[in-house]
Amino acid sequence: MSDLVYTIIAGVAYLVLAPIAGGLLAGIDRKISARMQRRVGPPLLQPFYDVFKLWDKQQVAVNEAQSFYVFGFLLFVIISGLFFFTHGDILLVVFTLTMASVCFIVAAYSSNSPYSQIGAERELIQTMAYEPMLLLVALGFYLNCGSFSIGTILDAPRMSFIYMPGIFIGLCFILLIKFRKSPFDLSMSHEVHQELIRGTLTEISGRSLAMIELAHWYENIFLLGFVYLFFVWSAPWSPILGLFMCAFTYFNDILIDNCCSRVKWEHMLTSTWLVTLVAGFVNIMFLMYMR
Amino acid sequence: MTLPALLTGIPLAAAILVFCLRGDGVRGVIVKLAAALTMALSIATAVTFFGHPAFIKSSGTLLSTIVLAVDVLVAVAILYYTLVKFKKIWIAVLELVQLGLIMWFEQGPGHSVTVRSDLAIDNFAVIMILIAGIIGSLIAVFSLGYMKEFQKEHPEVEDRRPFFFFVIFLFLSAMFGLVISNNLLIMYTCWEITSFCSFLLIGYTQTEEAIGNSFKALWMNLLGGLAFALAIVWLGTEYATVELSMLLNLGRSAQPVELAVALLVFCGFTKAAMMPFSGWLLGAMVAPTPTSALLHSSTMVKAGVFLIIKLCPILGNNHAGLMTMFIGGATFLFASFAAISQSDGKKVLAYSTISNLGLIVCCAGIGSYEAAWTAIMIVVFHAVAKSLMFLSVGTAEQQLGSRNIERFDGIFCSMPGLSLCMIIGICGMFLAPFGMLISKWAAMKAFVDAGHSLLLLVLVFGSSTTLFYWTKWLGKITAYIPTDKNREEGIHGVQWLALRSLSALTIITCILFPLISQSAVIPYLEVTYQTTMDVIDRSNLLIMSMMVILLVVLPLRFGKGRKKKLVVTNLAGENCGDNISYRGVAGQTVPVSLRNWYMEAWFGEARMKLFGFILCGSCLLIEFAIICGGVFHV
Repeated sequence: MSDLVYTIIAGVAYLVLAPIAGGLLAGIDRKISARMQRRVGPPLLQPFYDVFKLWDKQQVAVNEAQSFYVFGFLLFVIISGLFFFTHGDILLVVFTLTMASVCFIVAAYSSNSPYSQIGAERELIQTMAYEPMLLLVALGFYLNCGSFSIGTILDAPRMSFIYMPGIFIGLCFILLIKFRKSPFDLSMSHEVHQELIRGTLTEISGRSLAMIELAHWYENIFLLGFVYLFFVWSAPWSPILGLFMCAFTYFNDILIDNCCSRVKWEHMLTSTWLVTLVAGFVNIMFLMYMR
Repeated sequence: MTLPALLTGIPLAAAILVFCLRGDGVRGVIVKLAAALTMALSIATAVTFFGHPAFIKSSGTLLSTIVLAVDVLVAVAILYYTLVKFKKIWIAVLELVQLGLIMWFEQGPGHSVTVRSDLAIDNFAVIMILIAGIIGSLIAVFSLGYMKEFQKEHPEVEDRRPFFFFVIFLFLSAMFGLVISNNLLIMYTCWEITSFCSFLLIGYTQTEEAIGNSFKALWMNLLGGLAFALAIVWLGTEYATVELSMLLNLGRSAQPVELAVALLVFCGFTKAAMMPFSGWLLGAMVAPTPTSALLHSSTMVKAGVFLIIKLCPILGNNHAGLMTMFIGGATFLFASFAAISQSDGKKVLAYSTISNLGLIVCCAGIGSYEAAWTAIMIVVFHAVAKSLMFLSVGTAEQQLGSRNIERFDGIFCSMPGLSLCMIIGICGMFLAPFGMLISKWAAMKAFVDAGHSLLLLVLVFGSSTTLFYWTKWLGKITAYIPTDKNREEGIHGVQWLALRSLSALTIITCILFPLISQSAVIPYLEVTYQTTMDVIDRSNLLIMSMMVILLVVLPLRFGKGRKKKLVVTNLAGENCGDNISYRGVAGQTVPVSLRNWYMEAWFGEARMKLFGFILCGSCLLIEFAIICGGVFHV
């Protein structure tokens, strides 16, 4: 019974706290980026102001179907996060996240506008690029901890990172894509001055755009959860290390974002798959050998 | 004995009736009646034999006489086509050699072989019967409307519809026979009939291309048939048995039956279109769509994987098993790569079939309990969703005059019903809560547990490319281009019936699959493996089902809220107001056309085929060399 209560509390906490944490993270991100570029930057709470304003705008759309797909995106991101924070199955989390990405891509396709469609296709290539590594992360945990269940992974007798450094590097690499940071922000960028206008988001406005923003907050939080998993084991002080590494990883991504320019899709696909093969797969072979 | 006899007899009777009574109206009645009867019979068989696997021995020599007679009949028909009608001497030689082998065996060593059970109806056979019975019948009904239109659109093609339906029902009958037979001689006969039927169906239009492709299918499948005949002779002479169940027992007790298993697996490869034999399935596209639907989803290729999955318990870490998993894995990967570069809807479907079959074969090769569970589940999901996809694409082809995916622009608005079917089909093929993904999940677990890291790599890359080509297609369909034109009017009622039933079936299978797993697949595996386990936690299966329900319910309730202001899209120029053209710099109207990515330079078909053929071909040669070397002590 206590398990069930714990699960419900964790689920509700995630639903309420994740968007707050995600929004703050976005605010910090903008602030740090601005400081790196010697600007003052917007206030910390700016992302929240933006979303509230978007929410209140007049509802404008290019067709009736699009907002349904956007809603699907938000819903499935939330569901996959729920599986994550209620200690569900890590593969289920990955698959549900894929479902959410597909909704997002379809939302962009459905507008039938050139910018949006190019954005959708690039997003699709990005998904194809990072998907193998994401699956290898899940498989790595299975090999290392003997289970796909996140509860078991958190109770591992030793730090997973020590046995899976290659997989961690691979994960950090694809997180750049998932966080939509340069050099891999092909399909849509935080900056408005992009060759694609705003890529996948070109035809999305008002409340739908707010929903996408919200979904990204949720998504970022539980993607950092993956990083957390690498550094937490049964030791009671390890969560602090985990949280620190999450912050460190995100800071690094901001740094890289500000140092790099956008690459072509060919470079993104080859480099990601190469990292998957070299860092991820070699690590998997090592884990299989250890078993 | 009555039920199996009826099951094969009714389609056979329907085939003959439909061939003899040539009127359009009569044919409609017979086909619908026969389809309904076949469906009812397959369900009756399922109800009778579910959970009560039965081994049946036929009394007397009647059955073996019939089997031999049919062997000769099929051989005569094939010889007629290869020697008399078209001069393809070497294909005739292939047929003659295997007929000679079988005749010699039946008269000589085969006499002393005692057969304990001719037929075996277990849960897996029942699943196959349901697939062939329900989906096959629906396809037959669909064909009624489709072929009518087809003949109208192609006046140059001779109207041979009685012949077409004759072959379809004959095919179904043979398929039923195949999945319930335990005696390899009976299975071989049915095997030959399905090979021959697919040859006839592919060559239906009698154009040069169709004839060429039909002979390609024939020789590849006859090569498989030859391997089958060799396996029978080898088993009969060395181990004095011609039964599949005995072969499994021999394999379990560590008898060296590897050569026979490898030969049977090889013959499964040819039928399941594994590389390097994938050519015939791609060539089969020239036939009218119901043919492709039948070959790809419920019958032909499923017969190939059926045999391999049956052999699953004795594959694994031996050379036959290694060959199976390696060729399956390579086919899965390269076919899904090749699918990216295709824009022809049917060709994408063909490559997706080949790649899915590759995954099934790969799982079967691993041979563990989990892998077998996965293989059977993929067979089920694939059969339903793929038949729906083929029928949808075929219908769209008739209405739009093209099956190029690029021409499917805006069918979301101009053909809402059909595009809904397609969306369901596509989601069923790869998306999360739907069946296919569960299978991938289980496959991943099976591959890790079996310790094959290379296959794991194949799986993760293969599934991400699968995601790519399906989502690309999904995006094309969902693109919203408002139009007043409704292009759905030409679709016949029977076509809608089949499409809607299959859509419903896809969703129902996805919702009920925990039940399918629990009541059908697990009991079968329990008997075969003498153990039981949950491949995926039951709670996770339930979560998946609930997500499917959510996805079905969600669109029904959506969009009832506030009206939105509709605006035009951004075309980086002045949008003319219709979203499909804009005003250019000189004031002229420029139409907008959007095309998808195919990445020809990366995933070009010729290149992928080359890699796949070399890898799989050399693997076949090497493994057979090793196995033969072990058997004959060269």
